[in-house]
Amino acid sequence: MLKRIRSLGRFSLFVWNSLLWLFRRPLRWRLITDEMLFIGNESLFIVSLAAFFTGAVFAYQSWLAFVTVGTDSMVGATVSLALVREMAPVMAGLVVTGRAGAAMAAQIGNMRVTEQIDALEVMGISPLQYLVSPKLVAGTICLPLLTAIFGMVGNIGGYVVGVWICGVDEGIYISKLKYFMDPWDFYHGLIKAAFFGFLLTAIGCYQGYRAKNGAEGVGKAVNGAVVDAFIVILILDYFLSILVPTGVRVQ
Amino acid sequence: MADKEIELEFKDVWKQFSNSKTPTLAGMSFRVEKESIHVLLGHSGAGKSVTLKHILGLVTPDQGQIMVKGQDLGALGDVQITNLRKNFGMLFQNSALFDGLNIFDNVAFPLREHRKEMNDEELGRRVEDLLESVELRNVIQKMPAELSGGMRKRVGLARAIALGPSLLLFDEPTTGLDPETARVIDDLIVSTTRRLKATSLIISHDIHASLRIADFVSMIWEGRIIETASPTDFVKSQNPVIRQFLQSAGVIEAPSTGKL
Repeated sequence: MLKRIRSLGRFSLFVWNSLLWLFRRPLRWRLITDEMLFIGNESLFIVSLAAFFTGAVFAYQSWLAFVTVGTDSMVGATVSLALVREMAPVMAGLVVTGRAGAAMAAQIGNMRVTEQIDALEVMGISPLQYLVSPKLVAGTICLPLLTAIFGMVGNIGGYVVGVWICGVDEGIYISKLKYFMDPWDFYHGLIKAAFFGFLLTAIGCYQGYRAKNGAEGVGKAVNGAVVDAFIVILILDYFLSILVPTGVRVQ
Repeated sequence: MADKEIELEFKDVWKQFSNSKTPTLAGMSFRVEKESIHVLLGHSGAGKSVTLKHILGLVTPDQGQIMVKGQDLGALGDVQITNLRKNFGMLFQNSALFDGLNIFDNVAFPLREHRKEMNDEELGRRVEDLLESVELRNVIQKMPAELSGGMRKRVGLARAIALGPSLLLFDEPTTGLDPETARVIDDLIVSTTRRLKATSLIISHDIHASLRIADFVSMIWEGRIIETASPTDFVKSQNPVIRQFLQSAGVIEAPSTGKL
């Protein structure tokens, strides 16, 4: 228990120092845009693919359940609400963790065990400022954007299956969706995504930064980054769902 | 040694890591003269690399004082240490080149960070000059993985001296190299130190190279310095640990046992 508390303290300090370095000169805009390209742009295809099939399967399963009680008109609204509030931020978070979070841990871990991070320090360059801070900013900005895209593509998947395959009336599908959706449902998902993006990046960087004992240590760092981020995203999702307003609560 | 200007000094430095039962540094004290080549010699696990990490400010001592260029490292904050390190150049044991960058970008890296006034043309010329100074040509576009160990060491040295540092640190610079390449690297260390009028501190267990290139040799034993001397005086040392070290390396002959 004491070990876990100590580890949490070290992680908090790591994140705090990385944030402090963000505001010290030189400001590294170029590195932030590079990281945004890596985390955001390069995750676009896999996020879109996951989104389409998530929306599609969710629409199909909802239709199977609703059609038995004659409420299949609710498929569009159900899919859309679930996607933008919950599935888009969580699924995008998990996909980006698997792709970019693991890659960050591997990159920084490899730099740690081959003394490249020490080399940065000796050159008078803060590794936190150079390696970690830009990733934190990029992760926090990109995950909400990816979440928005996930929601949009997921809704297309839901529409294709709901309307074209399951035969729900197109007008009813859209009108119910419009009736039940509120901009705050959308904001709810984006706010959660910003937290997830920040944390999955921080965890990936932290695990890599503390890697030791060569290739084995890098492997452990990658494993730790993915497992820890998955757990944190799922637990935090519950608490943020309670704390962050949704459309229903705002109305 | 007392009359000369001191570039680096350890004053009774102690360090014990949480996973170790004995201190890694146990009252380490030594001085490095300005513009000299000083070798810290010792067996594996004697505390050589930990000493280096203290100088770099990557590890803080439990007790004692480390003075670099007259500044007490313990009294400096993060930003001040980062600024102080701009006066350092370091060649790592495995070169520590950035494996995602080609050779040009590796050598240009510290210049791009700290000499922002340089334009691309000046930067290109400077990188070529640096590579020339370590006798490397036609490697600018190659990646670190495409170079031999000796070539990587030379690129590492070129990068280390890019900003014209006053203190050069070498962590086992010739480990893993064949004798001929190791000699070339040793010669480069000497010529670079003299040309830049820098101070060099070398961590090594290679007694032959140390005696050939050093102005002073310090022997680390169980976390502290047991003797500092010029190479000539070092081989005459009567300290039993040093004598055994010299004997095992074949520098001096083992005493006769008296048996036939």
